[in-house]
Amino acid sequence: MSELRQIAFYGKGGIGKSTTSQNTLAAMCHYYGKKILIVGCDPKADSTRLILHEKAQATIMQLASEAGTVEDLELEDVCKPGADEFHPDNTDITEGFIMCTESGGPEPGVGCAGRGVITAINFLEEEGAYDDELDFVSYDVLGDVVCGGFAMPIREGKAQEIYIVMSGEMMAMYAANNISKGILKYANTGGVRLAGLICNARMTDKEYDLAKNLAIQIGTQMIHFVPRSNHVQRAELRRMTVVEFSPNSDQAMEYKELARKIIANDLKVIPTPLEMDDLENLLMEYGLEEEVDEENLGQKEA
Amino acid sequence: MGNPELEALQKEAIEEVLKAYPAKAAKNRAKHLGVDSPEGVKGACDKTRSNKQTVPGVMSQRGCAYAGSKGVVWGPIKDMIHISHGPIGCGQYSRAGRRNYYIGTTGIDTFVTMNFSTDFTEKDIVFGGDKKLKKALEEIDELFPLNNGISIQSECPIGLIGDDIQAVAKVHKKESSKPTIAVSCEGFRGVSQSLGHHIANDMIRDEVMPDASYRKDFESTDYDVAIIGDYNIGGDAWASRILLEEMGLRVIAQWSGDASYKEMAIAPKAKLNLLHCYRSMNYISRHMEQEFGIPWMEYNFFGPSKTTESLRKIAEFFGPEIQEKTEAVIAKYTAMTDAVVAKYRPKLEGKKVMLYVGGLRPRHVIGAYEDLGMEVIGTGYEFAHGDDYKRTKEDIARSTLIYDDVNEYELEQFVKTLKPDLVASGVKEKYVFQKMGLPFRQMHSWDYSGPYHGYDAFAVFAKDMDLAMNSPVWAHTKAPWEK
Repeated sequence: MSELRQIAFYGKGGIGKSTTSQNTLAAMCHYYGKKILIVGCDPKADSTRLILHEKAQATIMQLASEAGTVEDLELEDVCKPGADEFHPDNTDITEGFIMCTESGGPEPGVGCAGRGVITAINFLEEEGAYDDELDFVSYDVLGDVVCGGFAMPIREGKAQEIYIVMSGEMMAMYAANNISKGILKYANTGGVRLAGLICNARMTDKEYDLAKNLAIQIGTQMIHFVPRSNHVQRAELRRMTVVEFSPNSDQAMEYKELARKIIANDLKVIPTPLEMDDLENLLMEYGLEEEVDEENLGQKEA
Repeated sequence: MGNPELEALQKEAIEEVLKAYPAKAAKNRAKHLGVDSPEGVKGACDKTRSNKQTVPGVMSQRGCAYAGSKGVVWGPIKDMIHISHGPIGCGQYSRAGRRNYYIGTTGIDTFVTMNFSTDFTEKDIVFGGDKKLKKALEEIDELFPLNNGISIQSECPIGLIGDDIQAVAKVHKKESSKPTIAVSCEGFRGVSQSLGHHIANDMIRDEVMPDASYRKDFESTDYDVAIIGDYNIGGDAWASRILLEEMGLRVIAQWSGDASYKEMAIAPKAKLNLLHCYRSMNYISRHMEQEFGIPWMEYNFFGPSKTTESLRKIAEFFGPEIQEKTEAVIAKYTAMTDAVVAKYRPKLEGKKVMLYVGGLRPRHVIGAYEDLGMEVIGTGYEFAHGDDYKRTKEDIARSTLIYDDVNEYELEQFVKTLKPDLVASGVKEKYVFQKMGLPFRQMHSWDYSGPYHGYDAFAVFAKDMDLAMNSPVWAHTKAPWEK
């Protein structure tokens, strides 16, 4: 049995991170028989619904709140097996399985979501959720690394490989660069590495080249370019991954390929995030931003 | 009185202390240390740097903003309930430690020594504590219906997670028809408890001062005064009140030792605000001056000399009639204080004292020691500002070593160099110096004694200093420099 690998998916909010991560993990399970634990680190708790076929599972913090304290919880309460083929007892398609947890957190505007992530991960570790049987633990983390709580998955002893989900849009690239800065901060103390950019294509101009170039500049690879497909949305309507919904479709094959690359991936680097100026130059080079004369900065339209 | 030898020794002590530091820390700390004397020009009292962040890595005796608000300003208001909002520790460790005496039945109509807390756990941090706070406020009113209002004292996490305690207070105030005052005094704000005093004063300004309901029918006299900044430690405010009443004044409010909400609210009816602790309540005194036109006057009731001086200054404000009564009061007590001096001065004469305390005492108690013939040769504040040091100048009697936010190492070294006969400071210093073989008095809460304000209390003060200095126990141990 190989050693447990802890991976994490980061990326700008709304980029399709949860969809990408669930489809990729489903493919790792479906085609390659991997045993996986998903730790959703987003108060929205939407990191496991496609695996569970549920709207949103009861979260660790929600259950802890009902029980009184997090110490009152049992692992079984918060760790749900995936539906159908992802269930450990269902070996029709694969020996692999996916277990699902969500850290959960407050409604928008109150409390501290970051602390919820810390509390939840500590609980899972103490309760022995990361058992020997698993091949992968995967963290799906909200938006940007806005505070210490959301950096929890990349601290010492947690995720070693980070995959940043991005697209060829300006803000997604900024976010990818910022997340790299977060990784750099913990790289020397915690051993976390950047393992690649996943381009979840929006089909913007020169997207492939831009994403690839950014990856090279920050010292990593664009591990896969996932084309846009409505098939994914059709599967999502049924609360399924496209891998389960339509395992022989072209789109499922894309995730299969991404799954293969992640399983075989040995390019794990300390990132070299770009300075703001360099990033803007890169965007200009690919036409996402136009050069403006110094004297026109801050000037109204003529 | 110039004393070149003492001054040289004090300067040498500073140099010695600074030698131990890395260059940057030495440069920083040098600005907080100095020597001044009554005739000094631009000395330490004018120049000492203060109210700055403590050098990391040293043992500071400072508190935090929460301590300044809950522990000092709000906590002693006896008929209000002050709930510590956050994890349990801040509330429990600040409970009843300051000896703010009060009259009342605890748990029925007064609540000072009780600990109210929202007792945060992980889930409150994650989901926010507004609902829990609301529930706690409701429970308080249910269990303690005679409370006359609630103050919410924020601990650090509240500021971090951004709970809207002002909104909760507003709703509860409406529902309960009682004052409900949210104080954002998170401990991480500012460099010491000093900012907490200021924040607490600001909330009194915004929430208590505008409440005219008790003032409406209040019948004023021409001799109404309010005591501001006396926390009634060991009964200090009561001892002060006796004197003020005997000289013909009417004390309509005591802030905030043994105070009630009503007293706080009627204070703007005073003709003169008498400010004892300048540091913690100058803000609200200035506000009352601007808003209600009430002048304020600082006074000092430590030791007969300063007490007499202060009484005369206060009497002058009210005119001949009060002045006459005041002279009678002074005459009445002088015989008693003379006897105290006659009894204790021979046993304490010439003994050297070093002080290190909080708000006003580093300067205010100097006179009481000098009345006993004791010589204060060093003094410093934990959280003073520049105006406190300027005021110190008036109280020092000889060349004095001045140390701001002095740390454990510095104070210990200063004591070793200057070899005082008595150290008067806080509980954290107490055992360090007693184990060195030095007499010590705890000057924050009077070492379980007091009161120390006024003429009567001077007898207590003198006796305490004599007990500390001349206890037979010191025959069994020696200071390090005497071994």
